[in-house]
Amino acid sequence: MAELTDIPSDFIRAELDEFVEREDERAELIDFYAAVAPHLLEISASIISGRNHDADRLTLEALAGGTPALEVMDGGLIAGMALVGIKFRENFIFVPEVLACARAMKAGMVHIDPILSASGIEPLARVIMGTVKGDLHDIGKNLCIMLLRGAGFEVIDLGVDISADDFIGAVEEHSASLVGMSALLTTTMPNMGHTIEAFIDADLRDDVKIMVGGAPVTPEFAEEMGADAYGDNAVECVEVAKRLAGVGR
Amino acid sequence: MSAFLDRVATGELLISDGATGTYLQVNGLKPGGCPEEFNSNHPEVVRGMARSYFDAGSDIVETNSFGGSRYMLAKYGHGDRVKELNCRAAELAREAAPSGKFVLGSMGPTGEILEEKGGTADAGEMYEVFCEQAAGLALGGVDAVCIETMSDVSGEMTLAIRAVKDSTGLPVVATLCYDRGPRGLFTMMGDTPESTAVALTEAGADVVGSNCGVPIGDMIEIVDAMRQSTDLPILTHVNAGLPRIESGEIVYPDTPDFMAEQMQRVIEAGATIIGGCCGTGPEHVRAFALLLRGGAP
Repeated sequence: MAELTDIPSDFIRAELDEFVEREDERAELIDFYAAVAPHLLEISASIISGRNHDADRLTLEALAGGTPALEVMDGGLIAGMALVGIKFRENFIFVPEVLACARAMKAGMVHIDPILSASGIEPLARVIMGTVKGDLHDIGKNLCIMLLRGAGFEVIDLGVDISADDFIGAVEEHSASLVGMSALLTTTMPNMGHTIEAFIDADLRDDVKIMVGGAPVTPEFAEEMGADAYGDNAVECVEVAKRLAGVGR
Repeated sequence: MSAFLDRVATGELLISDGATGTYLQVNGLKPGGCPEEFNSNHPEVVRGMARSYFDAGSDIVETNSFGGSRYMLAKYGHGDRVKELNCRAAELAREAAPSGKFVLGSMGPTGEILEEKGGTADAGEMYEVFCEQAAGLALGGVDAVCIETMSDVSGEMTLAIRAVKDSTGLPVVATLCYDRGPRGLFTMMGDTPESTAVALTEAGADVVGSNCGVPIGDMIEIVDAMRQSTDLPILTHVNAGLPRIESGEIVYPDTPDFMAEQMQRVIEAGATIIGGCCGTGPEHVRAFALLLRGGAP
């Protein structure tokens, strides 16, 4: 078991100390960060502070210095977003800050992505995301996508107003194992159920895990319409996706 | 001056209306359909809605123009009909309004996040979009504009208030939407009821408040917090609870009688204009009028 003082970054130590209150989460993160090299924690710090130019520069420097791309992603970029997610969940930061962090994450990922795909490294899982038929509200869905990408998922964003056929078509085209549906309106919420039925009719229901979310959606509603999981917010969306994909942190 | 603001200034209780979307859905709006299009192809439904609310006891009815900004209408292919659909929305409510009753022009969020808040929308363009919508509502004869369900008080909401004032000179009611999180009540952008009340006052709103988002218990807390932070009149439009599913149907749990009873606490907390949001209808307004002032006037 590592101690807080084992983490080789003043910034990360202070952030952890101030914002991570759950004991299990704290212990897990301390163990994790204590094992990460200082130059990668600088990348994490740039993500957490939403400094996209620094994230860009530090990622390039780490790669040029010989750190493998996967290590830069896990120890630098994803490690940063893990803390961002917790701060967001606990109301320490809000949408504007998360968007700035996500932009910094993206500035680093543009250097990582081509290296990983050239070396045939697979993402955690491939996720199809969209708002259901009739629903044009995508702020929540977009936030989920940013955090999913920040956690190492490959996300295919279908956008808004997506029919059951289009969800099914995308799953087949991309061989995705996860589907995330979002609805803001109570009137379009039932289209989640209709989409799930369409997967059953297409004989594809057993091939994918389906997660749902959106302001009016509840765990009870998710269960009633046959979804595999419900997420209350973008951070939970990532937790749910990891659980459904059977991957750890 | 403004007859609406004069009336509000008396401090007497004013009863607003219930939901627009919920009413239109019961009367033929398809899931995912464009509500504002009803102003042109089902005017009798929209006029009938306003009449139902006035008959139930509303002093104020909102226009069917919540999604009437160019950003939202463009998603339905009606981006070129902003002036027409907003003007019509105002006219239909006006036609149903008895004399001495008020029509509030509804303006909802654009669905965009400003660049300065990490999104992609340009502030100058958003300002113009609000000006355009407000001008349509003014043309149709609204008494004031209600900018509602907003999450970004210092950005989008402030732009909207300025746009309405600059382009029409009409009074502005400005209400925000809050969520309850682990640390309390916040807008999506992280502002508290206290800080938003101050910001709305500084931005030039004439009436401030809150709508949608939370059940009535939380709304009492929001009104109380806003009351501590501004001297402006407070309006609140409250959902009939959080929706749930009962045998395949979407049900809003809070009954008219329950809400009317709770509204007494909303009023005690400092609101002088009360009404319903999602899930409420004329029967809720009737219950408010009966309990809170002994019936429709």
